[in-house]
Order: sequence, then structure tokens, then C-alpha cells
Amino acid sequence: MRGIEHRGIVHAEGPILVAECTERAGFGELVAVYGRDGARRVGRVLDSSDRSVAIQLFSSNAGLSLEETRVEYLARSLELRVGPDLLGRIFDGLGRPADDYPEILSSEFRDVNGSPINPAARVYPRDFIQTGISAIDGMNTLIRGQKLPLFSGNGLPHNRIAAQITRQARILSADEPFAVVFAAMGIKYDVARFFVESFERSGVLARVVMFFSLADSPSIERLVTPRSALTAAEYLAYERGMHVLVILTDMTNYCEALREVSASRGEVPSRKGYPGYLYSDLASLYERAGRIESSSGSITQIPILSMPNDDITNPIPDLTGYITEGQIVVDRELSQKGVYPPIAVMPSLSRLMKDGIGEGMTREDHKDLSTQLFASYARVRNVRNLSAIIGEEELSVLDKTYLRFGERFETEFLAQGEDEDRSIGETLDIGWRLLGALPREELLRLSLSLIERHLPGADGRTGGAGVSDGAGAAGGATASGGATASGGATAAGAATASGGAMAAGGRGADAKGGA
Amino acid sequence: MIEGRITRVMGPVVVAGGLGGVGLFDVVEVGEARLAGEVIKMDDGGATIQVYEDNTGMRPGEIVRSLGVPLSVTLGPGLLGTIYDGIQRPLERLKASSGSFIAAGTKSESLPLDSVWDFAPAASVGDPVGPGTLLGVVRETELVEHRVMAPPGARPGRVSRIAPRGRYALRDIVASSDAGEDFRLVQEWPVRRPRPSRRRLAPTEPLMTGLRVIDILFPISKGGTAAIPGAFGTGKTMTQHALAKFCDADIIVYVGCGERGNEMTEVLTEFPHLVDPRTGRSIMERTVLIANTSNMPVAAREVSIYTGITLAEYYRDMGYDVAVMADSTSRWAEALRELSGRLEEMPAEEGFPAYLPTRLAEFYERGGRVETLGGRPGSISIIGAVSPPGGDFSEPVTQHTKRFIRCFWGLDKDLAYARHYPAISWIDSYSEYVEELKDWWDGVDPAWFALRSRAMELLKREQRLQQIVRLIGPDALPDEQRLILITADLLKNGFLQQSSFDEVDRFCSPRKAILLIRAIMDFHTRAEAAIKGGTPLPRIASLPVRERLSRLKSEVSNEGAEGIEAAMREVAAAFDAIGRAPAAEEGR
Repeated sequence: MRGIEHRGIVHAEGPILVAECTERAGFGELVAVYGRDGARRVGRVLDSSDRSVAIQLFSSNAGLSLEETRVEYLARSLELRVGPDLLGRIFDGLGRPADDYPEILSSEFRDVNGSPINPAARVYPRDFIQTGISAIDGMNTLIRGQKLPLFSGNGLPHNRIAAQITRQARILSADEPFAVVFAAMGIKYDVARFFVESFERSGVLARVVMFFSLADSPSIERLVTPRSALTAAEYLAYERGMHVLVILTDMTNYCEALREVSASRGEVPSRKGYPGYLYSDLASLYERAGRIESSSGSITQIPILSMPNDDITNPIPDLTGYITEGQIVVDRELSQKGVYPPIAVMPSLSRLMKDGIGEGMTREDHKDLSTQLFASYARVRNVRNLSAIIGEEELSVLDKTYLRFGERFETEFLAQGEDEDRSIGETLDIGWRLLGALPREELLRLSLSLIERHLPGADGRTGGAGVSDGAGAAGGATASGGATASGGATAAGAATASGGAMAAGGRGADAKGGA
Repeated sequence: MIEGRITRVMGPVVVAGGLGGVGLFDVVEVGEARLAGEVIKMDDGGATIQVYEDNTGMRPGEIVRSLGVPLSVTLGPGLLGTIYDGIQRPLERLKASSGSFIAAGTKSESLPLDSVWDFAPAASVGDPVGPGTLLGVVRETELVEHRVMAPPGARPGRVSRIAPRGRYALRDIVASSDAGEDFRLVQEWPVRRPRPSRRRLAPTEPLMTGLRVIDILFPISKGGTAAIPGAFGTGKTMTQHALAKFCDADIIVYVGCGERGNEMTEVLTEFPHLVDPRTGRSIMERTVLIANTSNMPVAAREVSIYTGITLAEYYRDMGYDVAVMADSTSRWAEALRELSGRLEEMPAEEGFPAYLPTRLAEFYERGGRVETLGGRPGSISIIGAVSPPGGDFSEPVTQHTKRFIRCFWGLDKDLAYARHYPAISWIDSYSEYVEELKDWWDGVDPAWFALRSRAMELLKREQRLQQIVRLIGPDALPDEQRLILITADLLKNGFLQQSSFDEVDRFCSPRKAILLIRAIMDFHTRAEAAIKGGTPLPRIASLPVRERLSRLKSEVSNEGAEGIEAAMREVAAAFDAIGRAPAAEEGR
């Protein structure tokens, strides 16, 4: 009961305390624990019986003694104070101000655990978000209300990609209220600083809510951080009608904290020591994204997770991929080649892409073009493997064409500047330009009418791209199918400016971004 | 009513004392909030209860009431077109009562009891009545006639009263028997007990799915069981959706078990607008959805599979062919694991309980083709998605599932990466129904078996050749073998790959499918002969008919057999031309 403190506990190990039962505690109830130093720690009830209560602390247990520890049951679950003043503030993982300003002015509280959205009340997300990054917009499109994680590894530029998305993300033809919610779990101060600076630079800082549980905070606090952040996001999206972009980094640290608690409770582990309920637990976070009928707002989630040892089959990325609506995989090999953003398009996926692109949303050729680029780039991988064994000279003419296509795909399509904001039209045009170098009968995923309309040279007009490195000749040699096929590939038109040009600056200070 | 008190709360598992008179798997109302729960274990410590709703805040000392009945579903007209959660609460009506978020303790009748239906009697006074007897019909949707039956437990007797044609509410008595029983439009059935049938029948008729790789290469029978395992992103759900949309079952029960909320919303937004290619009606009229998404309570996820299969059995008993899509059975197995962990049971492989295979077997055995109690033939086909961690098929759920299914559609990551959908691997997959379906196909196209065998053989040879190609490149192979690579490419692009975006290609009739494969294999036969006759491979490779064959699937409609036949004539003509003009000029 509030205001009544019970003295003494019977067991303390790791983040788990066990207290003799002197009153009936509710499952999940918030608990205040005071040590002999008088400092207040917060925890919650994990297991409550009429004999004893197991409490999980959210902060350090150092200095707690069996006899002098006092426990107060607070008769409520962990809550976050919400209000429009959340915007522009920084909180710790438990939702307490961490920016030297007082609590926000509001008497409204929300349970940080939230409630599941009724599937029948969801609105199926279909609004295209233009991120200005070709690898995402063209191949793995982000949709408003989607949860699309970045799978990355240590030392890879996932933070820069996330910051670029935050700066550039916008809806075509829309100017609606937006906010960014940023949750940092167990990351270093420098990384948090990088994001703050990036928000500052793009002038959105006043529209960002931050929850910091950095590497030096107790690991257990990380279990609450994303829940606080999503509670703030749900308030802003569903009660204030904003379009909220949530960035959660780094989910790996969250999962490790979960494993720590599970291990100290002596639970039966499943893979790699993670608890059997890791899937359900992650789902309780990731599913707090989307759109609902009763509000115009939306929550788009971009969780970032570093794959231990770059292993995508590790339980964390694996279970995440089963819950989220796709994934963007950041690739070490591409990064080492100097490609930024090093997004491996093959293992990346956007499940909501199919309904958010096409005529009226992006462009009528988007679906088929992306499928064709995937199919052709998949072939490049096989050719590269072959070329590594028998040498490039031994390859067939067609395979050499593919090899060059692959190189250009990486340097012209994937690679772009950190401040380069490509429109979806530009992205798709680059795609067509690259496909123009392949023989036409290789383009089976494209309908003939699309080829007529878009493929450079297909209808006699000059193509967009100009690398006259013999790709044309190669195309001609294999393409003997019909009179129409080969000509186009040689058409070396003037290069349009987009390839290397950096559309710099302009959007930097533009506050119209946001999801 | 028996009442007890909670003694311990540990998440969704609760222990209560004072429930000695309650049966195992009885439903209980837990706590002041009256949350739904089920007794899963009894010992001297009390009754262990799994709670189907979020029970945060529940305390020891709160009351538990037993209703003395096992967890049951309500069966009657009005199920079709509805979306339920795992314990058959209608989500649309929950939304109306409690808003966009699901609050614990919200109650709603599974079927609106005040709804009225046009009942037409099908039995007369004096007719014999017993389990499964047809009493009358209700037009549930334009597509489906709901057959009102005496429940499986009905005592044998004769009809003493039958309601005349008219409008009746669900609980109205529409018939009575001289054995003293009244029959209504609704009945109840406990979800964990299979509904009985008279006897099992052989599954000799295919479930046509509209997906060529399934219908031609790895067919499933009506009443068959299949598993779709695949790593994330390989298209399990997409394949399940495609099957739910286009397969020729009468009724679809789609169980979204522990998966994404947006996927269920997609079904809800898309299905009402999709038209069944066979009947011309909206496919929602034949579909029931069970949605227990990953963030909804884990105990309800465990039971959602049983809720789904019980609804399926009810429609099967009416004499329908029902298809159950369970997406995903791995999430269900994980729910078992989670609950088992909370019960502190001894784990077997990877933390899963030792009874996992038993539960899987029980579930898949509820599928099958039967003669129902009423004497009608009916079937349940079960198609279960499996989500193996890391895409590793050697994990327990995939391995145990394989023991109880007869159709395995393994999804391949590399195919999915190349956006070759459906990404069903032609190397890993198998179907044990091929022999049983031979007779049926003999009536449609006797060449099916031979064409299928030749295509499979060719694809297997291509896979072996690819291993060599990976080492030495394709140019080093002799012409006959390079031809195999070419034809295999044709099969992949022109036959196996099927775009769900393509209006023409997303559903393929059996007739079109068999013509397409025949056209491609015909190309192969002719090309083989030409190579034997001395024609160099590049001349064959450069034939324009190759591209034509690859594009046929999306250019020829399901009815337009002539288009494919015309293409076959073009192939013949092209090879005749090669034959007439021997290798004078190389095709450069």
C-alpha cells in the first residue's frame, strides 16, 4: 500500500529481490525500494504469492542489505507523465527528466506497457515515405506506420543512415505535424551526442523527445527505456495526431538486459541463453507501431540493432525479422568497398512496399523495376562467385555485362552522399539507366510496355546514362533475338547530373522532415 | 459454481486454491476483473490456470470462479466474414465497445444473439434424427449455405417438431426430437476435443491453389496437410495469403497466430475487395479470421489454433471442403514453451516441452477427408507455416512437423532474395500426394504425371550442373547440358515464378498450368533433337520464342489456351526453320 514501508528482504541476487509477503502485491506493480543510504530505487513485481514477492529492480542493487532494506508497494504500474510539453525534452529510461528541467506540466499518466492494438482497429499502412536514399526508396520502401529495423554490425555507419533518414524523410505532397522519439539503450555518450547534433543541424530538436539510458546507466533500466519512449510516441501519435518516427538504438543491449534478468531468475533458456519469451517480449515493443482508425497520427519505428559477429541468424536479429515488417541490412563488405550507405539490398526487405508504391503513390514502373533490379543483381552475385574461381577473362560476354552492371549498381545506385536527397523519380531513372546496359531479353520481370516507355533507347530516344565502356558492345553480342533489342544498350546519352551531384545543404535546415 | 482464491501470480500463469472440484481444462473467471482462464494443471498446491488476457495488477487473494465447462466455441451462422481473437471474441465488436486498444476483461458474445436468419427446414416431422442430421439451411452469405445440423452428441430419435420457413434468432428452437432434445441455430463445442466423424476417406482430389509450383509439382489433396517452413522474409505469409485467396476450398479459416497485426489488417482490407475467380463473389464471404497477434496474450495464442480448427470441423461437418491456414505454428509452439517454462516443467529440445510432438500430431490429425456423421463427404486441409529460427530446418518444430505432414513446401532464401516468388524450393520440397492424385489428373490431362516427372528431373539435373558451372563456368559444358540450363531458366521464369501483383498471372488455372509446362518441355524436346542433329546451341539460345515462352504466363489468360497453343506452333516452326537451314551462318 502507498505510504507503508515494509522492512527487510530475504534474498538479493542480481536485479532480483525477494521479500516476505506482508501485503498482497499485484503482478507488475511498481515498487519503491530504499536501502540503508535512503536512496530510492524503483522495481516491479515479477511473481507474487501469499508467501513471498519477487521484485525486479530497475537500478543497481549495491548496498542493499537483507535487514535494512525497506519496500513500498505503490499500487500502480510504471507510468509516464505525458503532455504536449514532452517535445524537446530529454528523459532517462524511466521517464524522469534528465535535462535539468523540472517535470513537464501535466497530470496525465500512461502505463508504459501499453495495450495491444486491436487488429480490427488498425489502418493498413500505405503512405510512401521518401527517405531520399535510393537503396531504401527504390528497393525496400519505407511506409508510414511501418516498423523497419536497421540490422547492422559494430563499426558500420547505421547511425549515420538513421540520422539521414530522420533528416530527409518526408511524405510526398504532405505537410503534417510530426515528431521524433529517440530512445538510446546502452549506447555510448558520443553516439547519443551525434544524434542530438544531427537533430540540431536539421532544426528539428524542438520536435524530438529523447530517452537516454546510456552505457553507464544500470543495464536493467534499458528494459523500460523503449517502453517509455513508445508510450510517449503513442500519446503524440494517437492522442495528438502527429506522425511520429521512433528510433530505438541499440536493441541488442535491450535483449542482453532481458537475458540478464532471465538468467538471474533461473529460467530455462532457449537459444544462446535468451529466454523463451524473447519473441513475445520484442513483439510487445515492435507491435506498438502503425496507424489506427481513431486517429490521424502514426508511429513509424526504426529500431537499430547490431548483430553480434555480423550473424543474421543470431536470435536478436532473427526474432526481430520475424516481427518487423522487413529489415534494412547494413553490409560490411560494401562498407569496406567505400560504398555509403552500405545497404545490402538482397537480404533487405520491406514487406509493406508492395501496397505503398506504384501508380498514384510513387510511379507506375516502381514495382516491376525493383523486381527486375533484384533479379539482375542476384545474378551478379553468382557471376562474381564464378569469376573469383575461373577469372574474369573466362566469363561469357553476358556474364561480363552482368559484372559491370553490378559495379555500376553499387557505385551509381546504392552509393550516394550523406546529404544527397534523391527524389523517387531520380532513383527510378538511375535504375532504368543501369538496366539499359543489359540485353533486353534478360529483362523478363518487366512488361514489354514498361520497357517501351522507360528503357533508355528502347524507343529510340537517348538514354540517361553514359558509361561507354563497352557495355553496349557486350549487349549487342548476346542480344541477337530481334531487331529491337540491341540498339538501346549502346545509346550513350549525356549523363544526367544526379549520379554524383550532391543535393547538399538545402534540406539541412528544413524542418519539414519527419515521418 | 465453484469459487477459489488466487495464491500466486506469475505472469499469465496463476495458481489458485479451493478449486478441487474443477475439471482439467475447465474455463474459469480469474480475479475481480473476471478475466478468462483455463485450468491446465491440478496438484496439492492448487489449480494452475493460464489466463487469456493481460493480468497485470492481479493479486493473490482475488477470487476465481469456475463455470464447470471446458473452453468452447460458439458455432452457428454469422461466423463467416468475422475476425475473432484466439478465444473467439469478435474483434470488430470489441472495437466498438472498448476502442482501438484491447482492454483486459472486455466481454462480447462470439455471435450476436439478436441476429436473425432466414431458416428453411430440410427435415420433416417423423424423420429420423441423430448426430449430424441435417435439419434445415440458412443462407449465411451469398456464397455459403449454412447447414443447421443436430450436434454430434444428439440422441437418436425422430423429429417431433420442425420450425416452418421463417426468420429466427440464434437461440430460437428450430427443431425438436422425440428423444426430448431441442435444436437451435447455434451449438457449442469444446475446442480441444476433435468433432467426431463417421469414417476417414482417402484424399484423392487435389486442392487447387492457383500456384503452379504447388498444383503441378507439389500438389496437396483436399484433406491433406502441408507445412511451409522458411526464414523470415521468404514469403510464408504471402504464400498463405495467396492460398487463402485462390484455393478452391469452400471455406477458409485463417489463423494468424502470434504474427503481425498489420498482416491481419491487410487481410481485412484486401479480402472483401477480392473476387473469387470461380464464383465471382468476394472471398471474404467464405473466410473466417482468427487473429492473435504477437503482442496479444500468449495463452490465447496457444488456444487460437484449436479455436480455428474447431470452426473448420464445424463447416466440414456440413459437407464442405475447408482449408485452414495456420500462420505460424512456430509461434504456437513457442507459446507452449513459454507456458511450460512458467510451469517449471522439464524441457526437452531447445526448451520446448517434451509433449510438443504429441500436440503437433494431434493438431495435424484433425485434418483429413471424412464421411461426416450426417453422411456427407467433407474435408479439412491444413497448411501450417513454420518459422524456424535462423532458417535452420533442423530445429525441433520443423523436424517434428515433418513427421505429421505429407506435403513440404520449403522456402528458399536465395530465391526470395532474387524476388522469385513463390520462393518454394523445387529441390527441398516434396509431396506424398502425387500418387493418390494420379487418377484425378488422368481425367483432366493424363500427361500430368509424365510432364511433372520430366520437369522435376530436369530441375534436379540443372542443380547438379550448377555446381559444376560454379567451378568452371557454363561455356565449358557440352551443348546438351547447356540446353538443360536454358530450359531450367525457362521453367523458372516462365512457369515456377508467379507474380502476385500481376492481374493475369497471380491465379493460374490447372489447364493453363499444364499447357505452360507442356510448351516448355516441348521446346526442350525439340531443342534436344536439334542439337543431336548438329545445330549449335547459340542458334537455339537466340531464338526469339524463348522470350515468348517466358512471357506467356502473364500474356495469356486462364481461358486463352489458344495463346499457348499458338506459341507451341511458333516453337515448332522455329525449329523446323533451323532444321531446313543448317548451320550456315552462326547466329552472331
